[in-house]
Amino acid sequence: MSHHPGRMVGELLRHSVRQPATIRYPAVKADLPDKFRGRIQFIAERCIGCRMCMRDCPSNAIHITKEGDKRFSCRIYLDRCIYCAQCVDTCPKDALYATMDFELAAFTHDALQRDYDAPPATAEPEAPPAPETKDSEGTGPGA
Amino acid sequence: MANVTIPVGPQHPALKEPECFKVTLDGEKIVGVEIRLGYNHRGIEKACEERTIVQSQYILERVCGICSHSHSTCFLMAVEEAGKIEVPRRALWIRTLIGELERIHSHLLWLGVAGHELGFDTLLMYTWRDRELVMDLLALISGNRVNYNMNVLGGARRDITDAHRAEIRKALPVFRERTAYYARVAQEESTLIARLSGVGRLTKEEAIFYNANGPTARGSGVDRDTRRDDPYLAFPELEFEVVLDDHSDVYGRTLVRIGELMQTYDLIEQIIDGLPEGPIGPARAIRRVAAGEAVSRYEAPRGEDIHYVCTNGTDKVERVKVRAPTLGNLPAVVRMLEGGFLADVPIVVAAIDPCFSCTDRGIRVARSQGQDVWDADALRAYAIEFYRKRGLDLTRVKAPGR
Amino acid sequence: MGVLVALYAILIFPGLAFLSTFGLVAEYVDRKLYARFQNRMGPPWFQPFADFVKLLGKETIIPAEANATVFKVLPAVAMAAVVTAMFYIPVWDNRSLLGFEGDLIVVIYLLTIPTLTFFLAGWASTSLYAAMGAVRSLTQLFAYEVPLYMALLAPALLARTWSLQTMARWYTEHPAWMLANLLGFLVAIVALQGKLEKVPFDIPEAETEIVGGTFTEYSGRLLAVFRMAIDMEMVVGAALLAAVFLPFGLGLHPVLVFVLFLAKVLFLVALAALLRALFARLRIEQMVDFCWRILMPAALLQLLLTVVLSGVAP
Ligand code: SF4
Ligand code: SF4
Repeated sequence: MSHHPGRMVGELLRHSVRQPATIRYPAVKADLPDKFRGRIQFIAERCIGCRMCMRDCPSNAIHITKEGDKRFSCRIYLDRCIYCAQCVDTCPKDALYATMDFELAAFTHDALQRDYDAPPATAEPEAPPAPETKDSEGTGPGA
Repeated sequence: MANVTIPVGPQHPALKEPECFKVTLDGEKIVGVEIRLGYNHRGIEKACEERTIVQSQYILERVCGICSHSHSTCFLMAVEEAGKIEVPRRALWIRTLIGELERIHSHLLWLGVAGHELGFDTLLMYTWRDRELVMDLLALISGNRVNYNMNVLGGARRDITDAHRAEIRKALPVFRERTAYYARVAQEESTLIARLSGVGRLTKEEAIFYNANGPTARGSGVDRDTRRDDPYLAFPELEFEVVLDDHSDVYGRTLVRIGELMQTYDLIEQIIDGLPEGPIGPARAIRRVAAGEAVSRYEAPRGEDIHYVCTNGTDKVERVKVRAPTLGNLPAVVRMLEGGFLADVPIVVAAIDPCFSCTDRGIRVARSQGQDVWDADALRAYAIEFYRKRGLDLTRVKAPGR
Repeated sequence: MGVLVALYAILIFPGLAFLSTFGLVAEYVDRKLYARFQNRMGPPWFQPFADFVKLLGKETIIPAEANATVFKVLPAVAMAAVVTAMFYIPVWDNRSLLGFEGDLIVVIYLLTIPTLTFFLAGWASTSLYAAMGAVRSLTQLFAYEVPLYMALLAPALLARTWSLQTMARWYTEHPAWMLANLLGFLVAIVALQGKLEKVPFDIPEAETEIVGGTFTEYSGRLLAVFRMAIDMEMVVGAALLAAVFLPFGLGLHPVLVFVLFLAKVLFLVALAALLRALFARLRIEQMVDFCWRILMPAALLQLLLTVVLSGVAP
């Protein structure tokens, strides 16, 4: 086999006039796959407080607190969460889902605590919002 | 010039993770190397003992950023064997597929890192650009680019759809073409060859002696591949040949990795063609595992990954022990560096595709309990005595490093 | 009056202000092209300038054991040597500012000074990595200097002068003879890569081996000056090569000659960027070996050719 220096010269010159492979990230939004596991969102109306999610979370990142009769609030520590979405798989009532939200950097730990309030005391958990909504904004209050 | 000792690490541009190589130099020539581990010990094994198996799986998946699937699969294989859990065939094939995609990811990444260590950043940029393709595939299948979390106890977490298979099929020719190109570059670019061949020599005998594994061993002509020697997942049903090279240097290791890439494409083709139908996991999530113990071996991209698991009938493991491939390869690195040049330290270390955080472990010598502290010689004498009682004479085996 | 003109030349054109601006432009061209060769986007046009300003604003740390005076003076010495060299190179027509018979030799020696300051800087830093880089810098100097000089002398031999302007005039009259120096040109380009410490000869600052090499301990303003001196050295080195090996179009209108000068230098910078993207870094002993075994015979061949040709040259 012949070897010589500058083996890649053709490739280099060809690419120098081509479109760069760089993605202009903050200007152009990242293209996310639809199964992406981003920030976990809580749908308070559906939660029955079984705390299975807390039991299965590997990093102790999710906390369900009883606020009143059949009313539960949720706190997620985004800095501890490893975005495995095991809690989503575990939850028997589909009260959790993974959003497409991944730009979560913050300057303080406090800013990385997300509190999802319990539903108001009078509200009956009759008409929960449509399941499986995957919007990046997050529908839960306090998002 | 008198001998000087240069610390390569724990903070050094050549190392992406903290680890220390104390290199003693005579001019540019290396006369001695000392490796110090333990800068990045994370206590993962202990963390797993305190968590349920469902949780531990995610923790272990994060042992390594590149071979994440390898560790989680290796762990679950051990748990499943210990607890006698049946895994559906389709799930085994899906795990294999992800494992092989991960191999593409890892080997292309390695090729780029090797280029970077040699100041050949162009190679880095090109291979990493092409690696994006497999990252996209993995993201498509699993949702995320790294830490795919594709396993559950007793099955696979997500299914491979026909659309996925079509995408993979579409990408394979591109991979093949690009890899063939890099193979040509590696074999024809003379500055690259000058920096690779004859560097970090490790003969076949030394590779066996120092217990090298994975591409490091295969680059020295040691015919070892867990996928063939101790087939797991879908490998009993797949056809492939172990890629070997007898250059016994960094060049050989490079060729092995490129050869394995080519072979992985064939394997992936076999997997997506023959993916069996059926369920991908247990109907209800398994939490409790019967008591037992098992060791599982897995050919991760970097070498052989070994997990030992002891279950106790609860939803937790009694003990889990991880042997990452790097730990097996490190003793050989000292041998490879001796007599070489300072300039070769980065590439020789990189050539085992090290993952120091995966390897790091802490040792605490408990003197206060009244136990004796055993030095290496005492341990050796004990071991020889131990085996002699069982009818095996090991006195003639030379201990490493003396 | 004379003082004013001299001050103008030193501080503005073709001295500090012009050279530093052009140096930054050259760095931008180099980085951008390097990126494009790697299928990347590359930095925006002001990036080298922004880097420079940022470095200026950073804290300057001087190692406690280093000789502070030497440590601080060296970057300025490097820069001064490079700027001085520029005065002998024709920029806007076939005359240079301070040209005299023998200035080619002076330029060559002036361009050695930066490398010596790198060595001293590394040595004065009293750090292991820096000392390692310093030794490598010097070893490398001995390897590439000789072929570089021999390559540069060949065209001078042909024109029978040691003066850059006389050479320029001679080649303007006999442009076809330029082609006789092609081999020397190639040798000089490769050797220049060594002088500028770029891949495949970036051995003294090989990041993955010896961290920052010579400049490991430099920071803040001092590093900024060093980096600027290197940028300028790139321009002056390319300008020297352009003056010696590409002396065409010098009889035109001064503005055109100036534009042509810029184009030639940038062309050489682009060539250097391509070379930088093409290779893996050599080991120091491979580099020395390459210089003596391949570059040196090539340069000798060029000299031989020149000696033969000068018999028939006008
Ligand atoms: S598992 Fe679901 S239902 Fe149960 S506590 Fe958690 S969020 Fe609520
Ligand atoms: S995604 Fe994983 S880590 Fe995060 S809260 Fe859910 S279970 Fe816990």
